Amino acid sequence: MGMVRRRAEPGVPVPLLVPAVLAVAFLVLPLAGLVIRAPWGELASQLTSPAVGHALRLSLVSATAATGLSLVLGVPLAWVLARSRARGRSVLRALVTVPLVLPPVVGGVALFLVLGRQGIVGRWLDQTLDVTIPFTTAAVVIAETFVAMPFLVISVEGALRAADARFEDAAATLGADRWTTFRRVTLPLVAPGIAAGAVLCWARALGEFGATITFAGNFPGTTQTMPLAVYLALQQDPDAAIVLSLVLLVVSVATLLLLRDRWLTRAVR
Amino acid sequence: MARRAPLGTALLLLLAGCGGSADDGAVAAGSGSAELGGTVTVFAAASLTDVFTDLGERLEADHPGLDVQVSFAGSSALATQISQGAPADVFASANEAQMAVVSDAGLAAGEPQVFAANVLQIAVPAGNPAGVTGLADLAREELAIAVCAPQVPCGAAAEDVLAAAGVTAAPDTLEEDVRAALTKVELGEVDAALVYTTDVTAAGDAVEGIDVPEAEQRPNDYPIAALADAPNPEAAAAFVELVRSDEGRQALADAGFRVP
Repeated sequence: MGMVRRRAEPGVPVPLLVPAVLAVAFLVLPLAGLVIRAPWGELASQLTSPAVGHALRLSLVSATAATGLSLVLGVPLAWVLARSRARGRSVLRALVTVPLVLPPVVGGVALFLVLGRQGIVGRWLDQTLDVTIPFTTAAVVIAETFVAMPFLVISVEGALRAADARFEDAAATLGADRWTTFRRVTLPLVAPGIAAGAVLCWARALGEFGATITFAGNFPGTTQTMPLAVYLALQQDPDAAIVLSLVLLVVSVATLLLLRDRWLTRAVR
Repeated sequence: MARRAPLGTALLLLLAGCGGSADDGAVAAGSGSAELGGTVTVFAAASLTDVFTDLGERLEADHPGLDVQVSFAGSSALATQISQGAPADVFASANEAQMAVVSDAGLAAGEPQVFAANVLQIAVPAGNPAGVTGLADLAREELAIAVCAPQVPCGAAAEDVLAAAGVTAAPDTLEEDVRAALTKVELGEVDAALVYTTDVTAAGDAVEGIDVPEAEQRPNDYPIAALADAPNPEAAAAFVELVRSDEGRQALADAGFRVP
């Protein structure tokens, strides 16, 4: 979908090459610094420590759950934004992408105001169903979904707009209703866009810090994800923080590479 | 907050350009009547925000030629900045460990002096809905409890106080700093949190404080020192003197600090 692969180009113009090289240096050098400064001797002991294991597992599970939730809710939303002709769509799009620019800590406080024990919905949940959300793993997933879902929505909406609508029209003229068209024609058509959006969403959820520490708090095993563990380690033992960051870096790069090979490229066909 | 510092730095550079005429300011340091001028940059722990802003304005009122710039942040961040050569005149830390980072590197002028102490208090939402009365309540599983993470100073103090009292707390969250713990009390999302007395005082009516007698044994001492490389040593000495004067002690006490 719109991805031109390996088209032979005779060379890159210098006005593009120089800034591009600078951009690579800017993005990669800090990571290189992390690798160079890392106390490699501590890596093994950190990796096998149960605290890191818990934080890593919680991070992977909650980021994956947040991505799943984002797919279930975000793909339909993207369809509405791309295909519905209802008025107010641009206002709706602006509203649902606000979490992209909102400082995540503010997002966490906003979640409290709705889903907290004293929140608009949370108070009712607490009193009638005896369910409290803050300081639970569910709160981690909710906070990550709040921050990460807009990435998926934007990607999928872009893919839907770029998709050739004539296939859908053809399906409609052959008698398919809109739901069938969506399932049988639209979804396969934009699968690569959905995959790319899901990867972005997962990566954003994995690194989520502000909304999580605000709304879900920080407790080892329940709500302490890797970014929270890194931040707290930084207060006392910067070396440990660097090691933890490396673990997160390695896991996310490995996962993204794996997904790219196994899933994305296949979806692109 | 910290964004004030670059302005102070710019002013310092300006003043350095006309340093020849500033000599007459350098008499009788700290004697109150000395004519202080230029800019004095104070790095202070975030919990001192209200008191030091106030004291800085008083010093400016006493010395019309003086500009007091206070940069507030976490003590460890400030200690790091000073070690990296930030042009500060005074450092006031919220604990002795971070002051030691600076003084052990030979960056303090003279021995740092403890000028205040902060003790832990239990903060509860207004009206104390869970009926918390003391440390023992922090062990109640059914309550939502916030304590600072052991990696940050208020968490280390909390661990000591709880251990000394023989209470095994059942926290639902280990907060990254004391203000985050307090915010959760203000929002009513936790029933109680262990924070500093000064934070409860600063929070106003939204939060009530419950004294913890066990915490008196574990005060958090605040040391202050003029810095060895201070660009404005006379004004630095005057600021430290003001903080330790009766006037300074009164301002600190009003904010909830214990004063020696």
